[in-house]
Amino acid sequence: MHAEPLYERASTLGDAENWLALGTGALLLLVGASRRSTLGACLAVSSVPLLYRGITGRWPAVTNGDGRADNSRTALAGNAGVHVRESIRLEVPLEQAYRYWRDLQNLPCFMPHLVRVTETADGTSRWVAAGPGGLEVTWDAEIINEVENEVLAWRSLRGADVVSAGSVNFDRVRGGRSTQVSVHLQYAPPAGKAGALVASLFGREPSQTIREDLRRFKQLLEAGERPRATPMP
Amino acid sequence: MRAVCWEGKENIQVETVPDPAILNPRDAIVKVTSTAICGSDLHIYDGYIPTMQKGDVLGHEFMGEVVEVGKGNTRLKIGDRVVVPFTIACGRCYFCKEQLWSLCDNSNPNAWMAEKLYGYSASGLFGYSHMYGGYPGGQAEYARVPFADVGPLKVPDTLTDEQVLFLSDILPTGYMAADNCQIKAGDTVAVWGCGPVGQFAIKSAFLLGADRVIAIDRFAERLALASSQGGAETLNYEDVDVLDALRHMTGGQGPDACIDAVGLEAHGTTLDAWYDRAKTSMFLATDRPHALRQAISACRKGGTVSIPGVYGGWLDKFPLGAAFAKGLTLKMGQTHVHKYMPLLLERIERGEIDPSFIITHRIGLEDAPAMYRTFRDKHDACIKVVMKPGAPSGHRTHSESVSQ
Repeated sequence: MHAEPLYERASTLGDAENWLALGTGALLLLVGASRRSTLGACLAVSSVPLLYRGITGRWPAVTNGDGRADNSRTALAGNAGVHVRESIRLEVPLEQAYRYWRDLQNLPCFMPHLVRVTETADGTSRWVAAGPGGLEVTWDAEIINEVENEVLAWRSLRGADVVSAGSVNFDRVRGGRSTQVSVHLQYAPPAGKAGALVASLFGREPSQTIREDLRRFKQLLEAGERPRATPMP
Repeated sequence: MRAVCWEGKENIQVETVPDPAILNPRDAIVKVTSTAICGSDLHIYDGYIPTMQKGDVLGHEFMGEVVEVGKGNTRLKIGDRVVVPFTIACGRCYFCKEQLWSLCDNSNPNAWMAEKLYGYSASGLFGYSHMYGGYPGGQAEYARVPFADVGPLKVPDTLTDEQVLFLSDILPTGYMAADNCQIKAGDTVAVWGCGPVGQFAIKSAFLLGADRVIAIDRFAERLALASSQGGAETLNYEDVDVLDALRHMTGGQGPDACIDAVGLEAHGTTLDAWYDRAKTSMFLATDRPHALRQAISACRKGGTVSIPGVYGGWLDKFPLGAAFAKGLTLKMGQTHVHKYMPLLLERIERGEIDPSFIITHRIGLEDAPAMYRTFRDKHDACIKVVMKPGAPSGHRTHSESVSQ
């Protein structure tokens, strides 16, 4: 399996930029702290965002994050939101993998946080997930791209509590001998009530959650059953 | 049912636990007629295997009679007499298709644990920690066998339990160890460790065309067996300098292949062996790779070091420089039991090998706790323990074959 969680890193130039920020920040802090003056203090303070950028790999958020947009188009535009990319290889025909996934009501079979997914006649779907405290959380989504045996993409509709979008690509690999399924999932960064919700859905390590989902998908399609050592699932 | 359970380091108890049930369509339930204690169970007994939990049912060498079959399993039927491979494999993933059965992608429900430690997970194993799936083992009256439509091997009634039981693990393990040596006619193979896997590696090396096999151990009864049953030349490492002796015995060239059938709890008399003991006893190291170091040093240029012995963690003072300088090939890993079982059953049926020669102790399940200690301490000339879950407590036979 290939794991590559991307947390808002797509817009950066990677490590070089981090080191540059860290270095500049450290220099400002040193120079600023050594000058016991107002200018020095200003310089030292100005190092904070650079150091933050250098250490965490992202710029500090200026807003408090409560201005959550419920529109997936703006909330997830460009590189906004949290990105998770995971993929897995299977020894089943690509068409079988696509067909199983495309039947959205199969998703809860390998995504245990989902209770059910139902498709409606107008091309939208209703997703029901188990939220915190035993409550059910519901949102609607639409398929925005569908090329049979190649790709399936969806996003949540306006007003959804969980603002998310995602795509699944189906590729023939190893010279056509194996099938690769690649998931790219995006969701709005956690904040407030919805943040707790999202956190409970995707876990503390979203990439691990998706990886386990894909593993279950593979087990069901390849082995025909999920391995269990004890009666509990 | 009664089952042998791990309750902590050096603490084994026979307990009453719930009977296993069919959980998945491809499952089967086997009524265990014979089961054995494996040398690798001793690593669990000694507390070397992480992610064990109190109450875990032990045992991965077992056979018996099919008493229940899942609805998705059309290959087995009730009453079939089967030997169960210790590695659990789905038979359909990339690794199973490539005959790399012990690396099955789909049989470990706790794959994430192994991935954290090793990068990727191997197959699930019976009774061998939660990192390998947490499957209850076969030292019990009954065992649930997942993917039973590809694993268990049906055996003919003309062969006794003792002749076929070791197809579950140690016979294929010894055979794969020799197979990995890429033996050519005229080759000399050195085998460290004359426990059951070492004994079968010796036999297999000859079956695969070796000219000479040199067996290394410190217990007289094990060396005697290697000589009498296996036809090996023997070295007692407490009496001789092994490296020196191997050099002399091979005209200064070294053995063509070296097999480490010892694993992570090696004993030794050299400085590095005491260093390993000190470090592991203070939890500063995970393994004691003394035998492996010696095998690498001893091996001839361009030779193969084959490692059936179990290792678990990070090895200290591993002589990779020597392996590199001499252009060695290192082959290792859990046995692809499914691959070797059918051909080894044929060899047993043809009379080319009778694996029962290693058995020294036959007991009932209730006597397992004491026998784990006896086996670990190599008391009573103990080499291999077979348990009959049906046999009463106190029932015990000591084999004639090794008392010379």
